[in-house]
Amino acid sequence: MDLASTFSIITPASPEIFLVISALTLLMAGLFMSTNSLKIISYSTIIILLLTAILVIQSENTLAFQGLFISDNFARFIKIIIILGAVFSILISFEHLKRSENNLFEYPLLILFTTLGMMLMTSANDLILLYMSVELQSIALYVIATIQRNTLKSTEAGLKYFVLGALSSGILLYGCSIIYGFTGTTSFNGIATFLSTNRSTSPGLIIGLIFLISGLAFKVSIAPFHMWTPDVYEGVPTPVTALFALAPKVAALALFLRVMIDPFRDLLISWQPIIAFLSIVSVLIGGLAAIMQTNIKRLMAYSSIAHMGYSLIGLASGNETGVTSVLMYLTTYTFTIIGTFSGILCMRRNDSPVENISDLTGLSDTHPIMALALMIFMLSMSGIPPLAGFFGKWFIFMSAIDADLYLLAAIGILSTVISAFYYLRIIKIMYFEEAIEPLDAIIDKKSQLALCGSAMIIVFFFLFIKPIHNTAMSSSIIGI
Amino acid sequence: MPLLALIFYVLAIVTIASAVMVVTSRNPVHAVLFLILTFFNATGLFLLMGAEFLAMILLIIYVGAIAVLFLFVVMMLNINLVMLRQGFTSYLPLGGLIIIVLLTELIMVIGLGDIDLNIAAKATSPIPYHVPNAEAIGRVIYTQYVLAFHAAGIILLVSMIGAIVLTLRQRTDVKRQSIDKQNLLLSEEVVELVEVTRSKGV
Repeated sequence: MDLASTFSIITPASPEIFLVISALTLLMAGLFMSTNSLKIISYSTIIILLLTAILVIQSENTLAFQGLFISDNFARFIKIIIILGAVFSILISFEHLKRSENNLFEYPLLILFTTLGMMLMTSANDLILLYMSVELQSIALYVIATIQRNTLKSTEAGLKYFVLGALSSGILLYGCSIIYGFTGTTSFNGIATFLSTNRSTSPGLIIGLIFLISGLAFKVSIAPFHMWTPDVYEGVPTPVTALFALAPKVAALALFLRVMIDPFRDLLISWQPIIAFLSIVSVLIGGLAAIMQTNIKRLMAYSSIAHMGYSLIGLASGNETGVTSVLMYLTTYTFTIIGTFSGILCMRRNDSPVENISDLTGLSDTHPIMALALMIFMLSMSGIPPLAGFFGKWFIFMSAIDADLYLLAAIGILSTVISAFYYLRIIKIMYFEEAIEPLDAIIDKKSQLALCGSAMIIVFFFLFIKPIHNTAMSSSIIGI
Repeated sequence: MPLLALIFYVLAIVTIASAVMVVTSRNPVHAVLFLILTFFNATGLFLLMGAEFLAMILLIIYVGAIAVLFLFVVMMLNINLVMLRQGFTSYLPLGGLIIIVLLTELIMVIGLGDIDLNIAAKATSPIPYHVPNAEAIGRVIYTQYVLAFHAAGIILLVSMIGAIVLTLRQRTDVKRQSIDKQNLLLSEEVVELVEVTRSKGV
């Protein structure tokens, strides 16, 4: 085999290959450079991620590595969101990492590796690559969660995440092996062909599928597999929470969509009730449990469980409209999360971070712009028109109604009303309560920029709704 | 093949007997050694089934790495087995229930006869005949599954980075010797000749 034909084989995965080579180079550079390599490495990582995004946009629709790897519009859409999330989390980590005494140049590199895992997850077209990419993403995340090894909270959160994550990986792998046992193939295309030719499916295959769904639901933190989320969100440093809330969830949800819609489309009748059940439980737990929270990071954890539950409503529709609605929802979710976590990062008092909701009292007097931005995010998350969150929810519920899932849509809307309570409570605390002790002035320019930028995007989202919806529509056909 | 059957029964009996010994033996080092014996017999069972690759992997990974790791842990940590055993009777009802459930399932599977003995031949990617299975795996691992294989390599790299990041401590309070600096020293700078007067000291 000559060089030219080798290149044509690996071209579809060029973004991933570029990412690996750059990450390895930076690892070497970080090791041999002087003790102050963190800043250079972080900026190089951001440049590399942006270059990867360009490569992603330029890639074509094709299958590669004998059907192991797929590059389609859907994967590209998700990969752009993932890269956006990774760049954001590196940007907001600067201030935090500068304060720690160690020169943690590995932190941005681990984000690169986890991004690689997530990109492979969205492009996986085979159960083997599915498992490998999930593991690559998770192992890097376990380390990132524990990166502040001197604090008890961070190590505890990391250990919890690791033990439960390993358990869920085991469940996922068990599901994969059962599916392989009953279909005789690991390839998604092969499974789809098997299911379309064999009309009678054995219960064993369904059991395998349930194991697979459970493993993936853990990674997306769907109730009842959500127990780790509040503890991990609270325990890890806030920039890491921002990373956890965004990119891994989007990637795992994308994998979820691809597995359900592409190989198991013919089993829709079997998995639709399971997905519907999971989404109902998630929106209700996310809505009800968040009411009692006093820590804003725990609140965001339950809020994200509810958000993922709404996304699953779109998946339960099981058609292209449903996938479009999930993509729209994820787009609005991305900007809301970026904004909200920039806001949480700006919450500092006496030069140390504070995380209680009660610390926000009287924010409208002391930090009017931050209060306004946070109000916009809260209103957007509770789904008030014309903010971005409203459109996300609107498309989700429309797709559910199109697919005759009236009960699901009704429960979803009901839980939106419940969750509006705690979003509005934050606004009440910020605007109508007297400040006991004001927060510090915002010093981190990057967080401030992300805060204001995403607030603007959310307010003016309705202007770009048509092009974004068209892109989501063209990206909703999974597979080639 | 009465000889193969005989070998099978010997291996199977020793496997089960040594597995029982792993759980019941009083000395933790003996338990680990019995575990190794179990693995060796399981290797023999794999060989009888014609799965020589799995047999090799079982030896290399489980005996070579994991069992030795267990041995290290057992020897380094002073584990009191009597303490570990204290909950035995309280866990017995639950454990017994699980055993009964598993046994019932096993009997039902065998009893119902719902096993397709030719399932291997019906698979989309059947076991290639006339080729040893180590070679069969080698043929696909670097061709069809090269991406997954490389992903596995990166997973190992990331876990190595993780282990180093989480455990390496750069200690500043330790005095270290620098050979270069030592060699560059001149005797005039560091050695001082002092005239000591008698019964006075320095």
